[in-house]
Amino acid sequence: MALLEVKNLGISFGGLRAVDGFNVNIEKGALYGLIGPNGAGKTTVFNMLTGVYQPTVGSFSLDGENLTGKSTLEIAHKGIARTFQNIRLFGKMTVQDNVKVGLHNHVKYGLASGIFRLPGYFRDEKYLDERAKELLDVFGLYGERDYLASNLPYGKQRKLEIARALATGPKLLLLDEPAAGMNPNETGELMETIHFVRDTFDMTILLIEHDMKLVSGICEEITVLNFGQMLAQGKPSEVLNDPKVIVAYLGE
Amino acid sequence: MKKLLTKKNLAALLLIIAIYALLFACDHLGVFNRQSKALLVPIGINIMLAVSLSLLVGFLGELSLGHAGFMSVGAYAGCMFTIHMDLPMAVELPLAMLLGGVVAAVFGFLIGIPALRLKGDYLAIVTLAFGEIIRSVLNNLGLVGGSGGLNGIPKYSNYTIVYVMMVITIIVIANLVHSRHGRAICSIRDNVIASEAMGIPVVYYKLMAFVAAAFFAGIAGVLYGHNLGILKPSTFDFNKSIEILVMVVMGGMGSLPGAVIAAIIITVLPEALRGLSDYRMLIYAVVLIAMMLLNNNARFNSFKQRLFSKRAARQGAQLTKEGE
Repeated sequence: MALLEVKNLGISFGGLRAVDGFNVNIEKGALYGLIGPNGAGKTTVFNMLTGVYQPTVGSFSLDGENLTGKSTLEIAHKGIARTFQNIRLFGKMTVQDNVKVGLHNHVKYGLASGIFRLPGYFRDEKYLDERAKELLDVFGLYGERDYLASNLPYGKQRKLEIARALATGPKLLLLDEPAAGMNPNETGELMETIHFVRDTFDMTILLIEHDMKLVSGICEEITVLNFGQMLAQGKPSEVLNDPKVIVAYLGE
Repeated sequence: MKKLLTKKNLAALLLIIAIYALLFACDHLGVFNRQSKALLVPIGINIMLAVSLSLLVGFLGELSLGHAGFMSVGAYAGCMFTIHMDLPMAVELPLAMLLGGVVAAVFGFLIGIPALRLKGDYLAIVTLAFGEIIRSVLNNLGLVGGSGGLNGIPKYSNYTIVYVMMVITIIVIANLVHSRHGRAICSIRDNVIASEAMGIPVVYYKLMAFVAAAFFAGIAGVLYGHNLGILKPSTFDFNKSIEILVMVVMGGMGSLPGAVIAAIIITVLPEALRGLSDYRMLIYAVVLIAMMLLNNNARFNSFKQRLFSKRAARQGAQLTKEGE
């Protein structure tokens, strides 16, 4: 059974059918790409999978559990974490605290422990600091842990967002254009990081991307969306040579 | 216990005791005249109000213009209790503070509910309306003296009690802010969508912040009532809410030491300028503007950061190194 099963997912905004008949099965441990021209509905798919939008039709399930109609919070607790196309970090908090917010539900100390500094507070905070260090080390951000997140350079902000999403301990990680605005060097580095994350954390990753090099370089399977419809699905080498896909991207 | 006895905590403890010893000594050596002694309690109360509002405005990021409302419901509840009970002070006052805090917290919860749906300007208007509604209700409620005020409250407050409560308020809010709960509250301020996507129960934490802020405002109100011996609805008007807000904004959003210092300055300033009679409000306004400008001055801010935080200093040093 696939980790993420999406069946006939669709959403309408008034008369506009933004996404229609979206089907995808993602196996555990896969690195899956979702591509398509601007306005194709890629981010809308992400928003449905994270409960930001409620799908009009269709359903999706994670690990066999139907999550259709659940709230963002419930879905986050069930194990889908995401990054955002327009970076949404906690800008006035430090880099380390951003990751620790992601780790929020990994410890359970209560309000009283926090206020009166009971032993649980120290034990759990120590654990959080260690976990945060591990994650920040993976992305090479530990040296900047005391910086405010908004003071990081753009490429590092993108990495921090991934680290924060990973911190929630998800089963499925959704990356919305992780390489947007990066130069070729940074993109190359990011590809390695994504690979590394998948292998070390045994993560399943679904990513939206425009950068064809990144997509064909790391994704094992991709789906192409155009005007909310699925255009093609399969291995990158096949899909990217599909005449329909070329027409959608480059025109006739 | 060992972890609580760090250098930083010991230093803070020493500071707390030293400030109290200084106040005590000044009081007994006759350094304070009557006017300045009468200011000690209001300073403590305003610090409590500023620090509790700071939780809402500075950390949760929601503009609240009704903090005087929370203060007044707490004050009336606590003072009604002491008027009608006949217990020794040592029992009566703590119970009154607890009651005032809890009643205010209930109102904080009720105001927190619209805060789940409203943001920014709209929420500010709701809290403003809340403060005004409370004031007009109190004005017309014969049970609590109406517009004539609530008289005959025992004058229990003194600077020792207020100082203790002020220290407790600061410690509780500072510890709350630096726990996982505080991080959750700050994350809501910075980006509510990301916060929810990271699994933070936004509803719970917004209500928690409102309840906690209202609770301490209520306690401050009880102490206020027991200081003057009389409560008048007109003192809890919009101006009072704004005054508290000015303390928070002037101290720098999200800075507790800033809120404390600003609360002291704003309480002392009008009294200190009393001798200048006609020019008093003029100078008050100029000082406010000057402090605002100073607060937005990059150099002053980095100086402030160096003063208050070693972490920030380390980061600053790193940044300059990179700059070279």
